Amino acid sequence: MLEIENLQLRLNGKSIIEDLSLHINEGEIHGILGENGTGKTTLAYLIMGVNNYQPSGGRVIFKGQDIADLSVSQRARKGMSLTWQEPARIEGLRVRDYLKLSGHNIGIEQVKRCLWMVGMEPERYLDRDVDSTLSGGERKRIELASVLAMQPKLAILDEPDSGIDIVSLPSILGSIVEMNKQGASVLLITHSEQTVEIAHRVSVLCAGKVLMTGAPEEMSLWFKNNCRTCPHINEPIYERIGEPADEGKKL
Amino acid sequence: MTTYSVEKEYEAMVDAYGKAGGDRSALLNKDVAKLVVHENRVLSADGVPGVRLRYEPKENGIMAELLVEEGIKVKRPVHLCFGVLPEEGLQEIELQVEVGSGAEVGVIAHCIFPNAVHIIHKMDAVITIGDNASFNYGETHYHGDFGGIEVIPKAKITLGEKALYENTFSLVEGCVGKLDFDYEVFSGARSVAELIAKVYGKKDDIIKIAERVNLDADGARSLIKTRVVLTDRATAEVIGETYGNAPYARGHVDCIELVNGEEAVAKAIPIVSVTNEKAKVTHEAAIGSIDRRQIETLMARGLDENEAVDVIVRGILR
Repeated sequence: MLEIENLQLRLNGKSIIEDLSLHINEGEIHGILGENGTGKTTLAYLIMGVNNYQPSGGRVIFKGQDIADLSVSQRARKGMSLTWQEPARIEGLRVRDYLKLSGHNIGIEQVKRCLWMVGMEPERYLDRDVDSTLSGGERKRIELASVLAMQPKLAILDEPDSGIDIVSLPSILGSIVEMNKQGASVLLITHSEQTVEIAHRVSVLCAGKVLMTGAPEEMSLWFKNNCRTCPHINEPIYERIGEPADEGKKL
Repeated sequence: MTTYSVEKEYEAMVDAYGKAGGDRSALLNKDVAKLVVHENRVLSADGVPGVRLRYEPKENGIMAELLVEEGIKVKRPVHLCFGVLPEEGLQEIELQVEVGSGAEVGVIAHCIFPNAVHIIHKMDAVITIGDNASFNYGETHYHGDFGGIEVIPKAKITLGEKALYENTFSLVEGCVGKLDFDYEVFSGARSVAELIAKVYGKKDDIIKIAERVNLDADGARSLIKTRVVLTDRATAEVIGETYGNAPYARGHVDCIELVNGEEAVAKAIPIVSVTNEKAKVTHEAAIGSIDRRQIETLMARGLDENEAVDVIVRGILR
């Protein structure tokens, strides 16, 4: 589904993403687990092609095609989408219209279904605007609902769990699982060990590199024991954690 | 109740009204209070119980009075339709509105100039809203694409105690031409004034919007909300003024101007003043290009960049 090969991003002489390689299988929920500032969002932006980010090197291959030259719209039309960690507010755009345009003029019943899936009562939200009158958590749930409406082949979800209250979190995670069951592969970006429990595989990210990839329980435990307690954010101590499996270079 | 009609002009005005988004059936319904004016000719004028419309033709327009009796709750909005259908003309409207105490009325006004090449449309309004009365005024303009029009609406609005005044001015279809909008509100105790203006400037449009609210009585509240989008070489200056002169007066000025053209120029001048220690007035203004994140959010749903910009612009002017 998605192949990332030796992806690099250098900004102002600083390496943000460094030789990052990642493989996401069709039908997989792939968790990206990392502390703040490790390059998770940058990775999402590079895959989706937003924020004017252009890789300094490497390739992103989606369904067999190098997508380097595709615009954000073209990537979306190929079946890829992104939810932002802090979604934009768009004054005057009603929730119903936002979801409809996301789903290319899907019917109202399907719009309602997407809202239900993220734990929102349609009657309360359909005619609200996707603007600053929504709380952060509401806006994020609507963002997720808009991706559900799109029925993407690959959903890149940048911290869909942050800012979500603990009561709503299960419905958010449930909707991601449901999205996956309906055929979407998911790149689930988070810094929560709990959230990646729904993933099939998890990669731990530090300093713009994938340190290791494995089963969720194993990676969560490793993340908790190493990254959570590590005072050297973005300066991995390879003597302590061991070399990345597919890389030999020390920082 | 008076009815005066010049059939052909009336049909043309109703047709233009419909094309401008107005409810044609309302203009044809005798149970709806209405006033339809082409140039200086009143084509239709109907009152309803509790709502009186008086008018008097002038050389270049009309003088009109809309009087709503005390305590009357008008079920269906009053429709006002002013327009000039030829390419050139001058229309001056003197409008006096009096809403009696405890009355409730809504007005839908359409100003239609679909063929304007050189037209001047002036309105001078004096609006008085009684104690506990409610007046909702929505004014939508429809101009042609040529931009040869000068629109000069001026209004002085006086609010009684606990009165509610809501005004929405919308000029988003066709070219603006030149707009010089100037409204001033004098608020009564615990009254509420909400002024919303939405304008889409294109080509060489020149837009000036000045709105002032004087919160002179206890507990008066107001909101001035302005949304302007500019493309091409259009220019806009938005002045939102609120004066908190009484205890517990609360006002807010909120202006967003989006610039979507290299030669468009936007300016916002919020003026907030407080002369009473218990009053509070706030403001926020944002001017600039359309937020890249908003565009990319919509592009990530499959819209191309132009479609995304269009959705954002339509949203802000909705």
